Order: sequence, then C-alpha cells, then structure tokens
Amino acid sequence: MLLIECPYCGTRDESEFSYGGEAHNARPADPDALTDEQWADYIFYRQNPKGLHRELWNHSSGCRRWFNAIRDTVSYKFQCVYKIEDPRPELAEANTTISAGEKS
Amino acid sequence: MKRRANGGRVDRSKPINFTFEGKPYQGFQGDTIASALLANGVKLIGRSWKYHRPRGVVGDGAEEPNAIFQVEQGALTIPNVRGTQAQIYHGMIVNSTNAWPNVNFDVMSVFGLFSRFLPAGFYYKTFMWPQKFWMAYEHIIRQASGLGESPKELDPDHYEKTNAHCDVLVVGSGPSGLMAALAAGRSGARVMIADEQEELGGRLLSSRAIINGKPAADWADDVIAELGRIANVTIIPRATVFGYHDANFLTIAERLTDHLAPRERRGARERVWRVRAKQVVLATGAHERPIVFANNDRPGVMLASAASTYTNRYGVKLADKAIVFTNNDSAYQTAIDLKNAGASVVTLVDSRAEAGIPVDDVKAAGVIVVTACAVVNVIGKAAVIAAEIRNISGDGKSISGALQRIDCDLVATSGGWNPAIHLFSQSGGKAVWNDDKACFETGAVVQQQTSVGAANASFALDDCLTEGAAAGSAAAKAAGFDAPDFSVRVPTSDAPGETSLEPLWRVPTDGFPGLGPKAFVDPQNDVGVSDIYLAAREGFESIEHVKRYTALGFGTDQGKMGNISGMAILSEALGNKISDTGTTTFRPNYTPVTFGAIAGPDVGNTLSDPVRKTAMHTWHQENGALFEDVGQWKRPWYFPLERETIHQAVDRECLAVRSSVGIMDASTLGKIEIIGKDAGDFLNIIYTNAWKKLGINCARYGFMLGEDGMVMDDGVTVRLAEDRYFMHTTTGGAATVLSWMELWLQTEWPELEVYLTSVTDHWATAALAGPNSRKVVSAVVEGIDFDKEAFPFMTSREGFIGGVAVRVNRISFSGELCFEVNVNANYGRFVWQQLMLAGEEFNITPYGTEAMHVLRAEKGYVIVGQDTDGSVTPTDLGMSWALSKAKDFLGKRSLARVDTMREDRKQLVGLLTDDPNEVLQEGAQVVNQPSEDTPLPMLGHVTSSYRSACVGRSIALALVKGGHRRMGETVYVTTDDGRFVAAQISPTVFIDPNGEKQHV
Repeated sequence: MLLIECPYCGTRDESEFSYGGEAHNARPADPDALTDEQWADYIFYRQNPKGLHRELWNHSSGCRRWFNAIRDTVSYKFQCVYKIEDPRPELAEANTTISAGEKS
Repeated sequence: MKRRANGGRVDRSKPINFTFEGKPYQGFQGDTIASALLANGVKLIGRSWKYHRPRGVVGDGAEEPNAIFQVEQGALTIPNVRGTQAQIYHGMIVNSTNAWPNVNFDVMSVFGLFSRFLPAGFYYKTFMWPQKFWMAYEHIIRQASGLGESPKELDPDHYEKTNAHCDVLVVGSGPSGLMAALAAGRSGARVMIADEQEELGGRLLSSRAIINGKPAADWADDVIAELGRIANVTIIPRATVFGYHDANFLTIAERLTDHLAPRERRGARERVWRVRAKQVVLATGAHERPIVFANNDRPGVMLASAASTYTNRYGVKLADKAIVFTNNDSAYQTAIDLKNAGASVVTLVDSRAEAGIPVDDVKAAGVIVVTACAVVNVIGKAAVIAAEIRNISGDGKSISGALQRIDCDLVATSGGWNPAIHLFSQSGGKAVWNDDKACFETGAVVQQQTSVGAANASFALDDCLTEGAAAGSAAAKAAGFDAPDFSVRVPTSDAPGETSLEPLWRVPTDGFPGLGPKAFVDPQNDVGVSDIYLAAREGFESIEHVKRYTALGFGTDQGKMGNISGMAILSEALGNKISDTGTTTFRPNYTPVTFGAIAGPDVGNTLSDPVRKTAMHTWHQENGALFEDVGQWKRPWYFPLERETIHQAVDRECLAVRSSVGIMDASTLGKIEIIGKDAGDFLNIIYTNAWKKLGINCARYGFMLGEDGMVMDDGVTVRLAEDRYFMHTTTGGAATVLSWMELWLQTEWPELEVYLTSVTDHWATAALAGPNSRKVVSAVVEGIDFDKEAFPFMTSREGFIGGVAVRVNRISFSGELCFEVNVNANYGRFVWQQLMLAGEEFNITPYGTEAMHVLRAEKGYVIVGQDTDGSVTPTDLGMSWALSKAKDFLGKRSLARVDTMREDRKQLVGLLTDDPNEVLQEGAQVVNQPSEDTPLPMLGHVTSSYRSACVGRSIALALVKGGHRRMGETVYVTTDDGRFVAAQISPTVFIDPNGEKQHV
C-alpha cells in the first residue's frame, strides 16, 4: 500500500485516496467550436506514459480535496504533489528505483 | 522410542499426549508434530497427492513439502498445517492430509503404478477431450488428489487486526536478526522483531557452534532476554511476515492460540499486524536444497540441516546407520551430530573430488568419508533400508563404476542453500544469480531495506552476526537514531571457514535424464526430473510456463525446497545458463494465511458491508415488509398480507395507488444541499436543463450526463431560496454524484462559490401517491394550503405535522397526484405513523420498491442503471425535451457527435407481447426474426418487464436499435426456455399518456 501525501492533510495510506486519471485535461472553453476529433481527444484520449505521469488524486476518505501529483507509473513512486491552483512543477528524470540501500 | 536420554530443548519432565491417524503418541513440551512423530519412530506420515507414494518428514521449517497435516476436527479443524512448525499440545488430534483409508494402506497408491500415464500436463492432455466428460473426470480427480480439507462448519474463533508503525522491523530471529534487533534496539529506535517459529533463535537453536564461549542457543537466550528488557523493542513470536508491499508496508500473521489445547485458548486466535516501517532488515535465513536422485522421496531421505535440527534441538535419535550426501561443507556438521547422537555407522558421501575443510573433525568423530561419489538410488518403500552409491565425475555430469550398496535408515542430503529472498522479491527487488555460491540472491534494493546473513547469501555464522549488527545500526541511523553507545560488539563464534560447494542439482543417470525410477524435484506436487525434461522437449522454455505445465512450485509450500533445483534442471535441459532461465515470481503470501486472519473482525452481514436502514425501518418490519437490498440500503420490497404471493401483493399495492392512496418510504433517495451565490450557475452546467429562472419553492426534473453525453443520474431538485437548492439523486448514485460535483467545482470552476453537503441521512421521506393523497395530507399537515392552485405540481411548501416541521414536495414518480413529506429523520417514524392514521379512512396502503417499479414503468419513467447502462443518451430515451439548447452543460457537445446522432442507436421503446399474459424476462435479447441460425443479429434487450394489474396485461421497456422509428412493428424476444416471443413496439407510456392524473 502506497503512502500518499495529501497537500492539505499530510501523508496518509493509499486506501484513503481515489484516483482521478490524468491531470490538466482542461475542459475546452468553447466545446461547440471543436471538431468531433478534437472533442474526442478531450474526453477519450489520454497520455498513458510509461514513467512520470501528472495525475489527479482525491483524498476521498479524508478532506475530500482533489490535488495533482507527479508519479512514476513504473515504480509507483510519487515525485511530488501540488494543489490544483499551484504552478506545475517540472518533471524530474524518470527514476524507477529508490536509491537508498542500493546494493553495490 | 527414538528419543535420546538427554540433549535438545524439549522438556522431558512435561510429556504431552496426542494422536496421529487415531493412534496415541507421546511427545514433550517443545516438540513439533514432526519431531514428536520422529521421536516415536514414525517415518511414514503421508502420501503424495498424485502418485500416492509414501512420504516422510524432509525439512524442519517453512520449506517442508510432506509433513502437512490436518489438525483437529469439526469447526476447529485446520488443513495443511506444517508439522515442522506446529507445536504439539495435550490432546492434539493430527491426521494425514492425503491418504485414504490411512497412510499405511492407501487404496489410491495404485496411481503410483500408472505414473507413466500421469506425466506433466496430464490434466491438459488427458481430460480436455471430449469436453463434456470433464465433469465426470473432475469428480474422481478431485477426490484422489489435493491436500487438506477446509472446515465445513462456521469458524468459532475470532481474529484481530492491528496497525503499527516502527523505525526498524527485523524479520527473522536467527543470528543476524537478533544482532540487528539488538543494535537497533540499543539505539532507542522503535524496533519490532517477528519470527515464524515457536521459539526465537532460528538456526541457533539447533547449532553446535560456540558464541562468546557459550553454546549458540544459550547465547541466543541471553540476547532475547535483553531484547525483552528494552522498552522500545516489540517481540512478536509465532508471527509470519507474509507480505511485503509498497512503501515498507508489511503484513504479519501472529498465531496467538494455535499452540494451546482448545480448552486453554482465550481471546483471538490470530492477529494480523499491518506495519509501516521506516527501515526493514530481512534476516529470513536460507532454505537448504536437496540433491535429486532416484527414489529420493522415500521416508528417511531428509535435508541434512533438518537431520541436525531433529538431533540437536529435539533430542531425536534419527538413525542407527546414516548416510550424509553432500556437495558442500555445511552437512559435515550433520555427520558429526548423527554420530554423536549414537548412530553406529555414519558415511559421509561427498560428490566433490576433495573433501571439505572439516574433514579431520568428521573423521575424528568416527565418520567414514568417501569422496567423488554420489547416492544414485534409495532402496526401501515405506522407509529407507539402503542406498546405492556410484562414482561421479568431477563436473558432476556422469556416473561410473560399480554400484555399491550401503545399508542405512537415513539419507541426509545437502545440495547447498537458497537464500530466502521471498520478501525481498515481494518488495519489488529482482533476484540475481550468484555463480560462485550457486544460488539466487538479492539484486538491487527498491525499498528502505537491507537483507542480511543467510538471506544475503552470507552463510557463515560470523558473517551473519557481523552483517546483522551492521544492518541494525545502519537502519536505526537511517531512521534518525544516533545514540553515542551506538555500536554493538559483535560476538565471535568458533564456526569454521568453508570450502566452496560444487553445484550438483541432480545425480546423473545412465542414458536419458529422468530414465529409471522417479527422482523428485518438488515432492509436494510429485514433479520429477523427467517431467521437467518432458516440458522442455515439448517446447516450453519460460520457467513461468514450465511451472504451470508441471505444477512445479505450486501447493502449500510454494516450492520453497524444490523450485530453485527445478529451475537449474530446466536450464540444463534447455542448455541455458541458470541466470538466463531466472526464477518464477515470488508472491505473497510467504506461507498460507487463514481466511479468518485476513478477514479479521470484518465478518458477518453487518461488518463486511454497512447496512443502512431508514428511520421507518422498524415500522416496516412490524408490518410484515420483505426487504430488498439497494446498495447498502434495506428498502421495503413489498408488504404481503396473509398468504399473499408477491404478485398478489404488488397488484394490490399498485391498484391502491391508482385508485385511492399508497405510501412509500422514499428516504433512501440521495439528497445533496447545494448552497452559495453561484449555485444556480453550477446547476446549469451540471444538469442538461436550465435552472437559473426556477422560482423559489419550485422543483424541476434534471438529467446529469457524463462528458461523453451518456446519462449518469437523474432526479428532482427543489430551489429552497435564492442561493439554496435541494438535489435528489438516485438511491445508488448519491456518493458518485457528490464526488462528480466536487471534482468539477475543485478542478474546473474553483472560482464558483458553491458548497455541497450530503444530507441523505438527515431527512426521512414518505411519498403519498394516489387520487386521495391530497385528502390525507390536508387532514394531517398544518400550515399548508393544499388547494390545487395554491400548491401546484412541481412546487414545494413548508408546514407541520403534530408540531414537527415538514417540507412537502408535490412531485411524482407514479404519475398520480403525489406529495412527498420530508422531515428530520429523528421524527421519521412519528410522521409516518401520523400519515398512516390520517389515511386510515382511505385504506392507505404501504407499498414497496416492486410496486414502485411497476407504477413508474406504466408511466415510462426510466430508472438510471436499469433502463440505461452508460451507453444511453437522453435522446436515446426519447427525452430530448430535457436538453437545453440555449446553454452549455456537461456532455452537451458529445450529443452532437456523429456517433450519438445516429438514428439506428439503441432507443428506449415499449414492448407489448402478442400474448398479454407473457411476461418477458429482463435482459432478454430482441431480434427481428426467430431463427435457428447463429449468430442472430441482436437488436437490443429488455430493460424492464412487469405484469401490470392497472393496464391489465404485461408491459415492458426495451432498448431497441432504431426503435423510435419502428412503432407498431413486431419483433421477437428470446426466453430462457428457448422460445421466441412476438411483441409489438409501442410508446413507453402505458397509462395516462397525457399526464393528467398528476396535475389534478
């Protein structure tokens, strides 16, 4: 079970959270102006990267706030979490293992 | 008796009586089932699952494949108990798991004669054809194979769960684990140490080594005593760390009472610890592996380390004439132990050309040493009576020379050691092959963790002690502890150095590998060398596939003893390097965990999932309601009178609503208050229709769509004030709708001032429906003018019943005149009873969800989730009137997609069967023409179907391709008895098509 840092409450067990998919999928300002393809891109298509991924999480069994996180989809490790209104942090180098205790 | 007069850790002053296979035996306090049976001279303890070959104890711990027992009977019975780890107690009832009628005379052993016909993959090969015979085969096979039996009675025990945090969790309490716990514990860190055995100490308990001038076991006692005195150290005995999950989250099963006689048991049987550790030290030791040769599964063939354990720790005299067969130095001590314990002849057979370092000690003890030889076969069936020895080449690839027969009653083998890297692997680490030590060891570490001692492929006692102390210190330091007297002096031991082993996985045979008598790699699953070679010949190359084809490493032991040997033998068969073959995945659980422990206290109807009851629930019970589960809610289903069938009751309830008045508990509908100056703007985007012009105390029905345009939820919302709305959701959709609205408010429109509060449980709701409902509410509600003009349809008013404030909404889900009375849930039952009293003169009839479903279907009102399935738009439902053209709303753009505008989409229509008595089945397929030909084009399916007393015939709703343009056409509907029923497509409204009744 992962440990996830809620930017409002602190670090809690994964079981308190729910996942909201890819972050920053902003709703188009004028949906009627979009082609079917552009609209489908907004509602159906996602990046699904192997490696660092910006995603939405909800502290659903806690403060019920939504927030953003950058997480490595290979190692599950969180690079950072940030509030919805915060500027987007840069993606670090994808790092699939924790270095502490590394075997020589 | 095979018990020596003294020696070992059993308490000879405390005899313990138990039974095995119905016969009484005596052991001592401190015995396991395995040691007690061996001390009684019982060698045959079970039968193998496939060939029913006689089997004996092989190991002394979690790796044991054979000594798997059924303990106790009835509700207390436990299947597949490892006899090598379970302590005996007074009156313990032990049985073999896989023998009928008993271990000594097993009728199923006839399978052994046919072993040629039960090769690897025999399930797939033999029983796949003809397929319909599988049912017959399966019955016989299931009876003949398998291990223990699950209890059939309710578990009388209870179980606990506990959460814990610590700085350092040490897994295992052998030499390295004890040193790690001591080093970390003395620093002040919060330390937990868990060990799966009955006693802490691991292999030190059976070791003859001297540490700091003391026997190893005494030294261990000292350390354990010190750990017990350190307040910040928690010792968890009889506790298996069975799972290593993300972020150093480990799960531990502590067995609290299984070692006690049933009548002495108090409290919970097991406790699962859920531990979050800053640092983890894995001191899980290693499992010895056997050398594989013909008939190596005969009772009396044992691991060398196990032979030492039974001799030294349990004081058992295992053998009079013993053979120790090894390719490394560690088994030399076993030869000495056996000789010291009174064996008359001990022959050490070393496959290596040169004897190991302790050869002089071994010879001095009186052991005969032969080198460059191997045990090629064992004679004896229910017990070993002799072994056959031949010369083996230096590379271990061929045997030669004459067969030499040596009489013996024990063959102890050692093929080297496999570090127990199970937990390391579960933590995400990859196993890597160490060519020098011929074992898989831990690769790169992925969590805050260190493996030490034998788990780290450091098998020498000195290394275990040193590594343990260093890891304990480092872990405490990493967790933020740095006391000045931090270091722990590492005790010195007198354990000798070692020469390296020569890998030997199986003894070669003349001719093709696997020819001759069966040589077992995985005894629990009866997998032999020949099976692995067969799999390789048949084209299996991946170890994961070979595992599934042969069953290598399945079973309760999960191949702890045989897996690595099997992988090495597969590599040999494929001509690969072992490092290329790799290992199978190590998954939780390390050893089997009872379902009781996993469930903990969360059992039964009330604890596994909460039950929600309305404020009127007790009234419903008292008045004979049958209940239906709707999500977590208990809702009255129908209220049968004496001897009434469900159909009679529902017909009566429906007719009462249409002709007089009915009352229904509608409390379970989701209720959300939406408050704030921007609430109207927010509803405008959430719902498909317009909300800003809705008057205060007025109500409106709304659709909520996903951004894909599909119907997500529906319900009526009432505007209570300028900045205050009261939303109803479906009973099952309340939580989803709340989360959905929170998501949009927080991520897309945080600037909107809107507050959401779930108030489902705060309000109780009674819906009064029927032409007489106005008379009932007028009689009992004060402060509301119920006149048709003063209180029109789709409005809301506040009043009182018996002094209790109520809000009455004039909305309808039945098409009848209807008033929904909402009240603080604490007054729910009171208000319900007042309404019942007021309704007496109109024969007010309580009705349940079944009648509600019929009533709404008669009116063509949809139920989201029943008539929709996530692929249905409001247009498909024929409800485009609810879609605003003037404003944007969630999902609107999707309704203009090419796909959602198709005219041949599945659309909601009514269905009237040609035979009015035929009630279609919900879920049944709709087709154009009856036909035997398949596949038959499917037009859609029936979503709702009822017998309607009010319409006087059956009615149904269905989703049918292009249905809106097919009014009056005939389609056919399948039945589960293979018929096609003709039905005519109709409008969805079967009663009062102009909706006049609800406006009266």
